[in-house]
Amino acid sequence: MIFTDYLFYLFSSILVLASLRVITANNPVYSALSLVLAFFSAAGIWLLLHAEFLAIALVLVYVGAVMVLFLFVVMMLDINIEALRQRFWSYFPVALLIALLFIFEIYLVVTDKFFSSSDPAGIPLEKSNTHSIGSVLYTDYLLPFQVAAVILLVAIISAIVLTMYGKKSHKAIDPKDQIKVNRNDRVRVVKMKSEKKK
Amino acid sequence: MQDFFSQFFSPDVALTLSYLLKIILIVVPVMISVAYLTYFERRVIGFMQSRIGPNRVGYFGLLQPIADALKLMFKEIVLPSKSNNFLFFLAPLLSIAPALAAWAVIPFDYEMALADINAGLLYVLAMTSIAVYGVIIAGWASNSKYAFLGSLRSAAQIVSYEIAMGFTLVGVLMCANSLNLGDIVIAQEGGISQWYCWPLFPLFVIYFISAVAETNRAPFDVAEGESEIVAGFHVEYSGMAFALFFLAEYANMILVSILAVIMFLGGWLSPVSFIPDGIFWLIIKVAFVLFCFLWLRATFPRYRYDQIMRLGWKVFIPLTLVWIIFVGAMMQTSYAGYFH
Repeated sequence: MIFTDYLFYLFSSILVLASLRVITANNPVYSALSLVLAFFSAAGIWLLLHAEFLAIALVLVYVGAVMVLFLFVVMMLDINIEALRQRFWSYFPVALLIALLFIFEIYLVVTDKFFSSSDPAGIPLEKSNTHSIGSVLYTDYLLPFQVAAVILLVAIISAIVLTMYGKKSHKAIDPKDQIKVNRNDRVRVVKMKSEKKK
Repeated sequence: MQDFFSQFFSPDVALTLSYLLKIILIVVPVMISVAYLTYFERRVIGFMQSRIGPNRVGYFGLLQPIADALKLMFKEIVLPSKSNNFLFFLAPLLSIAPALAAWAVIPFDYEMALADINAGLLYVLAMTSIAVYGVIIAGWASNSKYAFLGSLRSAAQIVSYEIAMGFTLVGVLMCANSLNLGDIVIAQEGGISQWYCWPLFPLFVIYFISAVAETNRAPFDVAEGESEIVAGFHVEYSGMAFALFFLAEYANMILVSILAVIMFLGGWLSPVSFIPDGIFWLIIKVAFVLFCFLWLRATFPRYRYDQIMRLGWKVFIPLTLVWIIFVGAMMQTSYAGYFH
């Protein structure tokens, strides 16, 4: 075994342990931080496969942006673990179904042509990793790439629309409403007898 | 260096030793610069405010940073009650580690970088973006409302300004045709007129302001905000744990300044042809950018939080996008020479 093999086993064992902590940790903040560790280990494994662009993009996008926002939300939650545990068994069949589906998909990928050919990851590229990904994206996969971009654009717009929906963005009063105001809307004259002084 | 060690050790050991020595050769000057940046800051701001600043310890107060470091080392580290011990001590480490790790790819001269990797620019961006974890975890683990408010502010601010910062870097890599930091500097060869701060001037300004916001420096220091939330995320920290946050902040300042110099101000290249290139140009330029940081701090009052968010999302991000499209369009015209 050469040195990188040891590194691979180190990264993968950390990855597996961290992923286990994500689903077993009681505190959701620990779960989120374990997920960050899992992403880091996955990035390390990708680096060993000469996929430096993907590895750094994983850290940049998922660790640097997505998980920060996740942690942001998770930290502000006040979760009662006991209440969640009570409904565990009612969710269990759905979770089992998803898990089986997932295992089946992984089986399909691992046994498919991706891995049956000679090990492509072991061969260093002639050009830089970023350069080759860019040239393939904008030539062979131009159409799928643009479709993905349009889907992302739709997602951005819908996220903005969701935050705007039914919410007043400012506190200024509309002059039209001000003019229409009727005296009776605001003032109510109550007649009552005067109280006698003692 | 590796050849020198291989006279005495086996090749593997020699390689490891030479890398360790190189790491020390980078980290020690960085740490000394951090220490003297704090001194420089106090003196510069002192003079700007018609004060003298620290001048008691050693000649002109030159031993002041060392005295401060000794003081902080001997202080007790107080653990707040009901805080999360493990994360409380992990947070300072998480903030200092990325600040130092990013230095691995910084080129100081031709062929003078610890790791000359192809995606250097992305690596630096990734490292600066994970520095926010230290702040967030510190705020949460301290079990204090002020610390928590500070960390929330910092997280939102860093995430917003990172986008603008990333887009300015896209402009640079379009001009340089490379993500390697050394290649970006070499693409700016040929005197001061070839530096990217001219064709990418708006991006340069936006990068600088975003860098100030990313490092939580005044006028964007709402994460600390002494007058509103005492000291923000590190209010519960004392002694060496506090010092680590301080070191990380100043190391990040030097890092973003050196990046500004590499990407927009020609790195180690000389501005005029009759003076040779060299690492001293890099040091002079970085010192100037750092001086601008301090100048900003002494000049401007703190931004209001909603104004910070408006500036980041509604001004900087659209502006950078427009300028990237402009640069891309100009590269297809006969003026393309100005953008390479």
